[in-house]
Amino acid sequence: MSFRIVVLAKQVPDTRNVGKDAMKEDGTVNRAALPAIFNPEDLNALEMALEIKDRKKDAVISIITMGPSRAAEIIRDSIYRGADNGIVVSDRKVAGSDTLATSYTISQAVKKLGHVDLVLCGRQAIDGDTAQVGPQVAEKLNIPQITYAEEVISVSEKSIEIKRRLERGIEVVECGYPCLITVHGSAKACRFSHAKRVMKYKYSLSASEAVERNVDMTQAWANKPYLKIEEWNAADIAAEDSRLGLTGSPTKVKKIENVVLAQKESVNLSTSDEDIDGLMKELIAAHIIG
Amino acid sequence: MANFFTDNESLNFHLHQDLMKDIIKLKEKDYADFGKFDYAPENYEDAIDSYQKVLEIVGEITGEVLAENAEDIDKEGPKVEDNAIIYAAGTTRNHEALTNAGLYGMSLPRQYGGLNFSYVPYVMAAEIVSRGDCGFANIWGLQDCAETIYEFGSEEIKNEYLPRINKGATCSMDLTEPDAGSDLQAVGLKARFDEQNNCWRLNGVKRFITNGDADIKLVLARSEEGTTDARGLSYFVYDRTSKAVTIRRIENKLGIKGSPTAELVFNNAPAKLVGDRKLGLIKYVMTLMNGARLGVGAQSVGLAEAAYREALKYAHEREQFGKTIKDFPQVYEMLANMRAKIDAVRTLLYETARAVDMTKALDAMSKDRTLLPEERQSLKKYQRLADMLTPLVKLFSSEYANQVTYDTIQVYGGSGFMKDYPVERMYRDARILTIYEGTSQLQVVAAIRGIAQGTYLARIKEYEDMAVKDECQALKNVLIKMRECFETTVEKANSFGSTSESYEFNARRLVEMAGYLIMCNLLLIDANKDDRFAASAEIMIKYAQAEMEKSAAYIENFDESILEQYKSIL
Repeated sequence: MSFRIVVLAKQVPDTRNVGKDAMKEDGTVNRAALPAIFNPEDLNALEMALEIKDRKKDAVISIITMGPSRAAEIIRDSIYRGADNGIVVSDRKVAGSDTLATSYTISQAVKKLGHVDLVLCGRQAIDGDTAQVGPQVAEKLNIPQITYAEEVISVSEKSIEIKRRLERGIEVVECGYPCLITVHGSAKACRFSHAKRVMKYKYSLSASEAVERNVDMTQAWANKPYLKIEEWNAADIAAEDSRLGLTGSPTKVKKIENVVLAQKESVNLSTSDEDIDGLMKELIAAHIIG
Repeated sequence: MANFFTDNESLNFHLHQDLMKDIIKLKEKDYADFGKFDYAPENYEDAIDSYQKVLEIVGEITGEVLAENAEDIDKEGPKVEDNAIIYAAGTTRNHEALTNAGLYGMSLPRQYGGLNFSYVPYVMAAEIVSRGDCGFANIWGLQDCAETIYEFGSEEIKNEYLPRINKGATCSMDLTEPDAGSDLQAVGLKARFDEQNNCWRLNGVKRFITNGDADIKLVLARSEEGTTDARGLSYFVYDRTSKAVTIRRIENKLGIKGSPTAELVFNNAPAKLVGDRKLGLIKYVMTLMNGARLGVGAQSVGLAEAAYREALKYAHEREQFGKTIKDFPQVYEMLANMRAKIDAVRTLLYETARAVDMTKALDAMSKDRTLLPEERQSLKKYQRLADMLTPLVKLFSSEYANQVTYDTIQVYGGSGFMKDYPVERMYRDARILTIYEGTSQLQVVAAIRGIAQGTYLARIKEYEDMAVKDECQALKNVLIKMRECFETTVEKANSFGSTSESYEFNARRLVEMAGYLIMCNLLLIDANKDDRFAASAEIMIKYAQAEMEKSAAYIENFDESILEQYKSIL
C-alpha cells in the first residue's frame, strides 16, 4: 500500500494586501475586494508533503479543501506544484462554519479517504488566525499531532522526526503513523509550479466548475480521468447536518470594532551610548525584546 | 508577489503575433506529439496558452527568487575550491528553482525531456530572467548549447547529453583563448584522435570561459594538424565527469559577477566530435553565435527594463525644488527616451526571434521530408531576415542597455552612485553586453554587407508598404523621408567605393541608420495595432530622425583626407 499523505488547504482572502475597502461596514471581511489566495502556511505544509514524497517515492499526496466551487483553484495550484490529486468539499450546508464545524467536516472527508499515514496543514489561516482547525481535526481523527513543525528531520518506515519551531527555541520530536502535523511559516517556502505539470493539468476542472463555465467535460474525463477534480458534498462524507455550517458552530461573533492605532507619546533619543542603553533596558523590562 | 511576465504587457503583445500560428504549427509538426506526451498541445490555442502559463512561472521565479538574490550574488560571487567552481549561494538557489520547475531545455524536443517551445518564448524567458539578474541570464542562456548538440550532433551524442539538460545540467561554450578573442580563426587548442581509446583528446588553454566549470562543454579546437585558419577547427563535446580540465583561475570582473568566467587548461581531455570535422567554426560556432547574439539581445532588453523601472520609480518618489523630479523636462525626456528605446529594440528582438523560429522550424522539417517549393522559398526568406537582423539586435540592444543604465544613475543622482541602490550593479552589468559574443564593432562588420547589397533597404521598403491607420500616417511620412535620407547617404558612401577605408570608417553610421529605420518602422506597426506604443513610436521616430540627420551630415561632408588626421594624432 502506498504511503498516503493528506494536505489540508484553504483558499483565503489576501489579508496581507488590505486596501481601504477590505472590511464591510458591518465589520465582516469584504471577500469581493480581496483576491483569493492559497493560505500561505498551507503552502509550507504542501512543500513539507512534497519533500516527504521526494524521500518516499511511493507517497501519494491528496489535497482536501473546503469551500465554494472556486476553491478548486488551489487544488489545481497544488497539482501544478506536485500534489497527486485533490478533493473540494463543497456544500451549502457547510457555509458559515466555525473551527469546530470545519474540523468536523474535514475529519469526515479524511475518514472517507480510508487509510491515511500523514495529515499536514498550515499552522493557521490568515483570515481567522485561530490555529485551531489542525489540532481539532487530529482530535476528531483520534491521532497524535505535532504542531509548529518547521522541518522534517527524517522519515522512516515506522515514524517521522520533526523539528518544531517554538517561541523560546526548537524541539525535535518523533511520532509514529498516522499523525497530523501543523506547519509553521518559517518552514521552507513551497516550490513553484512545474512547467510540464501545468501543461498536463491545466484543463482539469471540478464538476461544478464545468457547469459554471458551460464546458462539456464528459469526453475529456473519460479519456483523461486525471483532469477531474473530485467534489464531495455533506452526504458524500456521511456528515450529520446538525454538526455542519452555522448550525454546527457554537462560536458567535458578538461585536467587531475598528481599531485605529494612533501614536500616543514619542521620545527623542540621541545616538549616545547612554540613550541606546536606556532604550534597550526599557524594551527588555517591557518584554518587547529579550 | 512580483511576476516579471504578467507585470509587463509588452511581452504578451509580442507573444501574440500572427506569425506565431505558422511558427507553432511547424514547430509542433502539425501537433504530432499530441496524445504521445501528456503535456503536448492539441492546437495553436492550446500551445500559446501553455507558452503563456509557463512564462508566468518564469516571471514568478524571476520576480521572487532571482531579483531577490541578485544583490547578494553580486557581493559574494563564485569561487574556486578543489578545482571546482562553487557558485554564490543565490546562484545555486536560482538554478535549482528553475530546474525544479522543469524550465530548462525549453526549446528541446519532448523526447529529450524538453518543452519543445518555439524560439520566441525562449527568448522571452531569457529577457525575463535577465531583468531579475543579468549575470544569471548567462547560466540560464547557455542551455543554447543543447540546441547546437540537437542540430548537429549524432544520435548517440544527442541521447547521451540532451536528456540531462532538463534535469539541470549546465553548459558552456569554450571558444576564446588568450590569443583568439574576436579572431576565433586563431584558436590553437589541440584535438587529436586517440585510436586506442577511440575518442578525441583535447590539450591546451581556454580563457574568458563563461560558466567554465559547466557539466557539458562545447569546445572549439584545432583537429587538423598544420592548419592555421578556420578550416582546421572542429567542435567537440566534453563531459565534466571526465575530470580532465584544470580551472586555473576565475576572473575578477566589473560586472555580471555571479557568472563565473574561467581560465581553463585541458589536460588530454576526452571528447566527442560534434558534427563533421573542419566545420567547427565555419558552420557550428557561427550558428551557435547567432543564437548567443540574440541571447545577449534578450539579456540587454531585460536589464534595460529592470533599470528603467527603477529610474521611473525613483523619479516619482524623489522631490527637489518642491516637485517630483519626473516633472522636470530634462528628467522626463531621459525617462521617456529610455522607454522608447526599450520598446524599439524589443520589437526588433522579437521580429528577429520570429525569423529565427521560422528558419529553425523549416530547417528541422527539411530533415524529415523534402520541402515544397514555397517552403524552400520561405526558409530562404526567413534565414536571410534572421541573418540580417541579428547583428542589429546585438548592436542596438547592448548599446541601449548601457545608455539606459547610465541614464538611470543620472536620474538617481548622487544616490545612484552609491552601493545602496541596485542601479550601480545594473550599470556595471551592462558594460560587458557591447563586448562579448562579438563586439559592437564586429556587429557592424557583420551588418555592413547588407547596406552595400541593399538587403536592409529592401526590408525597410517592405515595412513601409504595410498600410497604417490615419492616426499613424503622419509618422509614416516622416519614416519615408528618413528612408530617402538613408538612400542618399548610402549613395554618397558608395561613391567612396564599398571596399575603401572611407567606407569602412563610416560603416557604423550607415548600419545605425538602417537600424533606426527598421526599429522605427516596426514600432509604428506596433503602434498601429496597439495604442500603447503610440507615444514610444513618436518619440523614437523623432529621436531617430535627428540621429540620422547627424550621420547623414557627417557622411555628406566627409572627405577621405581626414582619415590621415585621425591617424596622425594617435
